[in-house]
Amino acid sequence: MNKIKVSVLLALLVFAFLLDVALGSIHIPFKAVLGILISPDTADTTWLYIIQQIRLPKALTAVVVGCGLSVSGLQMQTLFRNPLAGPSVLGITAGASLGVALVMLSAGTITSLYSIKELGISGSWLIILASSIGAAMVMLLVVTISSSLKDNVIVLIVGVMIGNITFSIISIWQYFSAPELIKDYLIWTFGSLGGVTGDQLLILTIVVIIGTAISFVSSKLLDALLLGDNYARSMGVTVKRARLLIIGSTSILAGGITAFCGPIGFIGIAVPHLTRALFNTSNHRILIPGCCLVGTLLMLVCDIVAQLPGSQTVLPINVITALVGSPVVIWIIVGRNKLKGF
Amino acid sequence: MEQLKTTAEAERKLLLQTTGLSIGYKQGRNNLKEVATGLNLEMFAGEVICLLGPNGCGKSTLLRTIAGLQETVLGTVEIEGTELGQLKPALLAKKISMVLTDNVRSGDLDVYSLIALGRYPHSGWLGRLTTEDKSVIDQAILSTATGEFVDRKLATLSDGESQKVMLARAIAQDTPIIILDEPTAHLDLPSRIQLMRLLHRLAKDTKKAILISTHELDLALQVADQIWLMQAGGHMATGLPEELVLNGSFAEAFNKDGIMFDPATGSFNMHASGVKSIAVNGDGTAAFWTRKALLRKGFHISGAQKESLAVTVLENAGQPRWTLEKDRKITTYHTLRDFLKNVNLIEPT
Repeated sequence: MNKIKVSVLLALLVFAFLLDVALGSIHIPFKAVLGILISPDTADTTWLYIIQQIRLPKALTAVVVGCGLSVSGLQMQTLFRNPLAGPSVLGITAGASLGVALVMLSAGTITSLYSIKELGISGSWLIILASSIGAAMVMLLVVTISSSLKDNVIVLIVGVMIGNITFSIISIWQYFSAPELIKDYLIWTFGSLGGVTGDQLLILTIVVIIGTAISFVSSKLLDALLLGDNYARSMGVTVKRARLLIIGSTSILAGGITAFCGPIGFIGIAVPHLTRALFNTSNHRILIPGCCLVGTLLMLVCDIVAQLPGSQTVLPINVITALVGSPVVIWIIVGRNKLKGF
Repeated sequence: MEQLKTTAEAERKLLLQTTGLSIGYKQGRNNLKEVATGLNLEMFAGEVICLLGPNGCGKSTLLRTIAGLQETVLGTVEIEGTELGQLKPALLAKKISMVLTDNVRSGDLDVYSLIALGRYPHSGWLGRLTTEDKSVIDQAILSTATGEFVDRKLATLSDGESQKVMLARAIAQDTPIIILDEPTAHLDLPSRIQLMRLLHRLAKDTKKAILISTHELDLALQVADQIWLMQAGGHMATGLPEELVLNGSFAEAFNKDGIMFDPATGSFNMHASGVKSIAVNGDGTAAFWTRKALLRKGFHISGAQKESLAVTVLENAGQPRWTLEKDRKITTYHTLRDFLKNVNLIEPT
């Protein structure tokens, strides 16, 4: 049964990937796209450039981002035993944003110049580093506070509040920054799958592979945590260590992705629920790869929609994911309510 | 006789022992609240132990401390000869499994997966189940009779069903000791009896030591091989259920205003003893329930024949008859209701 589902998903995924590559503001016939993908040498150079340098990296970024966000969302929902948890809800994205704001809004100032010149840390590394540290700091703060709390609803509120505090710090910083720098930062917050090419794509891919691998290794821990901390402990889980591992991989995933593509919401919340409904299981050994598949597919679909097929305009990706993700979240909450009424 | 006793003692395998154990919990930052001190307790293989005590006396704290979920304040807990602190979490999980009061809200979890989680300490790094794991799980399902709902989601189970499932998970963990924290709390009476009977049989059949904290005094008296009776303030009495009834520990622990533990019946009388005295003669079911009814109406039941008020309950071919004798005046009633109505009208002398 699962094999059929995976095959169908894979087929849809390949189709969505090709469609994503084929669509864009410049019309390239589908046959030509296939031709370029199969034998690049014989193609028109302009088209070849567009496909190889712009569309292919963007589609690959969508794949990587879809995977990473979904897996980190799944981990958060299990760790906090809250169906509405996700990397953005608990302030991780806010933390990453603070890290990026720190680099972007202080561009040209002593901190970033020093790191770039003296330490040899160049642009993308600096951003990914700042973003990951920002994400990890906020996440650690949330977990430290939550370790003394029993109620998961309160944990969620604490996460949201810490996110709010972080965003207001960014706002204060923006208030005192130069307009050009603010504009750079604002554009970054719209989220974008484009512009991640070459080395950057390689770095992002490695980061997501590492994060997902850690998550997959801890799938047994995640299963045990479904029953709550006390039961997990009674089964031999060292809960603090497990938390650190899960927080670590979530920070790597959410922090890394946010650094390269900006904050991309709702995928992390919606995909785990879709995957659970689709595979009808709570086993993380199945859910994690499942989330990768469903997340990738949904991200590609969002990217296709964002290009508004047939038009020249491209909408920010963050707008589309919210547009697609929010109805899913509503559908889940309503469905859950019905289940309780049984 | 003496020899018989020593061999019987030797066969009791000691699984868990606490020596001078003090338990407590942190209240605020540096404030440690001790709930009980100097506990010397023993758990033997194949025995059901019921931990009784009023709310808030520290039953859960004791269970959690014994299970290693909470630090000991003083003293030691030894499990099969090894001190609790020396056992790595993974090894401890092979010694003690638990059924907690925690609400498992994960609605997507199906029953089989939940029970299979019991294999956690035994399975490999990815949690893949071997054929051996599967046969242990099947056995746990069989012994708890949860087979008919293994495919259902946790969210759709009744309280009784989900408690059985949590027990199946603990059984699948395959530990010599199982600890259950108020497993009967939300269950209806048949489910409570069913669960207690299941635990009793499990201890006998598998030689596990099962520790249950509960408020079910009458059930505990029936299934427990040993009772740990805890009182507010941390005083602990242990022993056979019957010993504790006879030496007055129960009465001491539970007697509160207007509530009396009656050692003769092993149950509580919630009605204050009445001013009117009546003697009830006769035995059998009808006499038993007549006594109950009279107690409820505020009568003091006396066995003495010289009471001015007496009733004789006689059963004739399944038809009870109440013969009331007051100052040598005899009246016979054919229904309990009728009898009670009239006996109630009598003014206290």
